[in-house]
Amino acid sequence: MKKIIRMREMSDNQAGVVKKVTATGDMGRRLREMGLVPETAIKIQGRAPLRDPVAVKLRDFVLTLRNNEAGSIFVEVEVPETGD
Amino acid sequence: MRNSQIRFAGPVPMKQKITIALSGNPNAGKTTVFNAITGAWQHIANYPGVTVEKKYGTVIHQGREIEVVDLPGTYSLTAYSLEELVARNFVIDERPDLVVDIVDASSLERHLYLAVQFKELGVPLVIALNMMDLAESRGIIVDVQALSEQFGAPVVPMVARSNRGIQDLLDTVVSAADEKPRWEPAPISYGMDIDQAIKRISAIIDRSQIYDRKYPSWWRALKCLEMDSEITKLLKRDPPLGQEIEAICEEIYKHTMSTLEEEPEAIIADHRYGYIAGIVKKAVRRKIESRINLSDKIDKVLTNRIIGPFIMIAVLYGMYSFTFLASELPIRWLEIFFDRLASVALNVIPAGPFQSLIVSGVIRGVGGVLGFVPLIMFMFFAIAIMEDSGYMARIAYMLDRVLRWFGLHGNSVIGLIVSGGISGGCAVPGVLATRVLRDPKERLATLLVIPFMNCGAKLPVYALLIGAFFSGDKARIMFLLTVLSWLFALFAAKILRATILKGPKTSFVMELPPYRAPTLRGLLIHTWERTWQYIKKAGTVILAFSVVLWAMMTFPRLSEHQIAGFEKEREKLTDAFLQSSDIRGLIRSREDMAALHDVVFGGKDREAVGKAFPDNPVLGRVARAAFDLEHGGVGRETWDPAILEAASRYLVFKKQISKQEQLRQQAAIKGTIAGRIGTGLEAVTRPLGFEYRTNIALLGGFAAKEVVVSTLGTAYSLGEVDPEETASLSERLQKDPAWNPLQAFTLIVFTMLYVPCIATVVSIRRETSWAWAGFSMFFNLLVAYAVSLTIRQIGLALGF
Repeated sequence: MKKIIRMREMSDNQAGVVKKVTATGDMGRRLREMGLVPETAIKIQGRAPLRDPVAVKLRDFVLTLRNNEAGSIFVEVEVPETGD
Repeated sequence: MRNSQIRFAGPVPMKQKITIALSGNPNAGKTTVFNAITGAWQHIANYPGVTVEKKYGTVIHQGREIEVVDLPGTYSLTAYSLEELVARNFVIDERPDLVVDIVDASSLERHLYLAVQFKELGVPLVIALNMMDLAESRGIIVDVQALSEQFGAPVVPMVARSNRGIQDLLDTVVSAADEKPRWEPAPISYGMDIDQAIKRISAIIDRSQIYDRKYPSWWRALKCLEMDSEITKLLKRDPPLGQEIEAICEEIYKHTMSTLEEEPEAIIADHRYGYIAGIVKKAVRRKIESRINLSDKIDKVLTNRIIGPFIMIAVLYGMYSFTFLASELPIRWLEIFFDRLASVALNVIPAGPFQSLIVSGVIRGVGGVLGFVPLIMFMFFAIAIMEDSGYMARIAYMLDRVLRWFGLHGNSVIGLIVSGGISGGCAVPGVLATRVLRDPKERLATLLVIPFMNCGAKLPVYALLIGAFFSGDKARIMFLLTVLSWLFALFAAKILRATILKGPKTSFVMELPPYRAPTLRGLLIHTWERTWQYIKKAGTVILAFSVVLWAMMTFPRLSEHQIAGFEKEREKLTDAFLQSSDIRGLIRSREDMAALHDVVFGGKDREAVGKAFPDNPVLGRVARAAFDLEHGGVGRETWDPAILEAASRYLVFKKQISKQEQLRQQAAIKGTIAGRIGTGLEAVTRPLGFEYRTNIALLGGFAAKEVVVSTLGTAYSLGEVDPEETASLSERLQKDPAWNPLQAFTLIVFTMLYVPCIATVVSIRRETSWAWAGFSMFFNLLVAYAVSLTIRQIGLALGF
């Protein structure tokens, strides 16, 4: 089952596809120029010791961004079917 | 086409110089390519009016002079960061013959994003496809021919760090410059809505008279839709047409927001990536089975949430140990060198104010600074290893959350470490290292707290005081001071960010570049660049300040009257000595005394002393006895009691004289300008326990912190007087009743925090303004005073 969640909610090593970036202005521009545009495949590499920032693999490189920024990125992920 | 005509005309004279601009994302290997092309022949300046560094150099290739300008590393060409604007304006205004865009083959898509923007602008472009080895090891196979055809620009595969492909690149540059010097904007499609809007806007621009033709109108129209501040501000200057354009932008904005829920700018970016994806699809193949990503594996360990921080501490501690171990010997050599230089100057230059200027002002002042070059150099070498390998970015990543709490940024850590975060850097390059920070307030906060770190120049002050008062816990106290400097810096930043530098949290969007083994050449160049900044300050600012300081500590001299007073006192002591009953007949005249002084204190060995007075055996025996008494050799001979008594009386007399000499020097220094200022400041510094001599030393420390030690030395009248006593300023302080461990610790903390040295203040001004540089001095002084006062008062209350 596919589901759209925010990047900051993704767990380590989870993969997904970016569907929408709601950040605007300078922030939106910076995310886009680093390649975070819709339909980009990403994977969470890990998180810093205090669980923030988050390291993301995309387009063959590793990008780090704060949870705050990761909150504005919506990613489609595969979630296992659960009972309910 | 101008060059191609000449090309077919047979043998030609030297053709025109070719100018190329090197561009590329940070971490694409731009610096490596630049160094490989230009070698040692490079210059560093700033782009006019801004603090962005401009490096350029020239190379002769195929008999052609190629000037290479290193543009700042950027991901894009917007007007929203200084670096990007500088890069863009250089290309537009200076019109280099070619832009060489350095692209990392191992993450081609993102790197081509910048290249696409150059294509939009229409610049003649060459793509340097760097890091081919890394791409191959990751199973990414780039078809160079296909990429070149798809992109419409020459592509040169290379591995810049091992010098592969550099010659090919230069060949391509020469032939491309000869063939295609024209600008051809190569529009790509951004979807129907945007494309049409671009057409409408560029038609309006073409009608207008106010625009120069430096930019293609198509490109200008695109930038209007992207709401590029640099371009849209021109619209205001052209009311009717400008408003028309603004209306179109507004219309498109509303349209895309309602239909696609995206700003035009986002749609444009999507299409650029779409365009790139099309190219990459045709030019890149992946061998999935051989895909090993070593860098990711290393990161699993080095940035691991639990062990990562421990490894980081170990790495930083390792750097610290390496620096101190490696620089210990060279520092000693330099000390010896400057001591020799000073003694040569003492011998060659006749005694007088000029000798004093050269020895005390120039050699001691500049020597004190240059003496630490090895320490600084090894520290920068270690930092360069961390930067070039990619580890520094991981430190910023791991510490961002911590630094953010204090209102700083992950990238602030680079400036803090370079300035002495692990003891022994220099704040001057540290100030420059804050340029990576984009937010002006975060950058200012970092700049202002950087001088709190324990730079290499503060270490001699610590070493002196720790040696004198805490010799048992040297390592522990040094560690404590490192921790303290971080705490002060971080909390000061927090206070600044909560008050005068209040502002929203910014973003942290940073690439973790792949780990790479640094090249020796790259390390040496980085180390040298920063070390040179330190040496330059010794040659200029510090030289000037040493001379001023020397003058302040020398003039006005004691008056004739005062000198005569001391002289008279000395004569009286001498007469009393010569006429005392124990001496009469044994030491007869002042000539005898002068000869005796030379023999006993002249650094001779015992045998030479014995042979010194062939004509006066009595004096010879006194000399030997005094020598033995002075050098702890009593009992070697059986002495006549009268001789022994005379010898010990003589030594007592010498002590009186040197005591008197110290009083004279103290009176002299107290009377100088610096002495008067220092005495005047006692009113303010008394609560800290600093008397005039410490104040003078701290004034001197404004030139450079290490000057505190040498000035204390002069102020406590050591060094110049008796060669045997030079050893121990630290002993001297130990014996002084005004000094105790609490006093020493107060001075250490004050030195750590007070006014940054003049070179740092000048650097801060260059990066900001005189107002901020002035504020930095005031703020640091305030912090230093408050903290030192607290420490001393608590210490006193606890009974230290």
